[in-house]
Amino acid sequence: MFDLTGKSALVTGASGGIGAEIARALHAAGATVGLSGTRVEPLEALAADLGSRAHVLPCNLSNPEEVEGLVKRAAEAMGSVDILVNNAGITRDGLAMRMSDADWQAVIDVNLTAPFRLCRAAIRGMMKARWGRIVNISSVVGRAGNAGQANYAASKGGLVAMSKSLAEEVASRGITVNCVAPGFIETAMTEKLNDQQRETILASVPTGRMGTPQEIAAAVVYLASPEAAYVTGATLHVNGGMDMV
Amino acid sequence: MSDIADRVKKIVVEHLGVEADKVTESASFIDDLGADSLDTVELVMAFEEEFGIEIPDDAAETIQTFGDAVKFISEAA
Repeated sequence: MFDLTGKSALVTGASGGIGAEIARALHAAGATVGLSGTRVEPLEALAADLGSRAHVLPCNLSNPEEVEGLVKRAAEAMGSVDILVNNAGITRDGLAMRMSDADWQAVIDVNLTAPFRLCRAAIRGMMKARWGRIVNISSVVGRAGNAGQANYAASKGGLVAMSKSLAEEVASRGITVNCVAPGFIETAMTEKLNDQQRETILASVPTGRMGTPQEIAAAVVYLASPEAAYVTGATLHVNGGMDMV
Repeated sequence: MSDIADRVKKIVVEHLGVEADKVTESASFIDDLGADSLDTVELVMAFEEEFGIEIPDDAAETIQTFGDAVKFISEAA
């Protein structure tokens, strides 16, 4: 339905469950994809699976120099960065009273500061092209909060506010900036939950099941598409009704 | 006209899509050449790239006209 032929998309965290699926979906819609992540092997495997139009761009998002260089490397590999998907994220959970400064900072660095730097770098080329799509992957906890995740929730809520500010700044140049806020999604991260935790979570999800990475990817493809040109500063909540906004 | 002025004018003409003869010494980017605040940021970044210089924010604010830009860059480059 949505055609991204001729567009180049940089996806961070493409070695993870949701990121890999986002890259697959953008690729299936015709885009050339830049697969970024810290673990090279799964990125290489994904690129091999996708065949053509896939580039592996390893990057450690907690390293400012690597972050600064990533958009440039992506543009060199693909010709441009028309679509940026800030998907990578980490958790360092713990109750706030026991949370170390290091755990706070690590999460803010990777989940909020790195996306800001990547947006700043990518907007440059998008301004010249008078077209661009930025999709930042937030989270249901970025709006609702979650005990034990003060750092993660702050970073994800921060992404929403940052996206709205950027959206306003660059709207006149054909660039949109939006968020997708996933709820509980079947990934390696949620596989670690035991049956009881799973049951408790599902009791709060009207749909009665966890979401799939494909369902997140579909939202990203929409926001990246030419059809979504009039949607900016928005957050698309994909959470099975768990948190209705 | 100096080489620097030529290069600055080329950037302004390309970026703002204006006629070269409109880009006079006293032409204000915003008032006369139709630039908005984003355009002025883009112009400053384009000047930095073209001339390999850094234009700090407080200096950028003083660059209102084509003449201002040429003067600042001539001194900095």
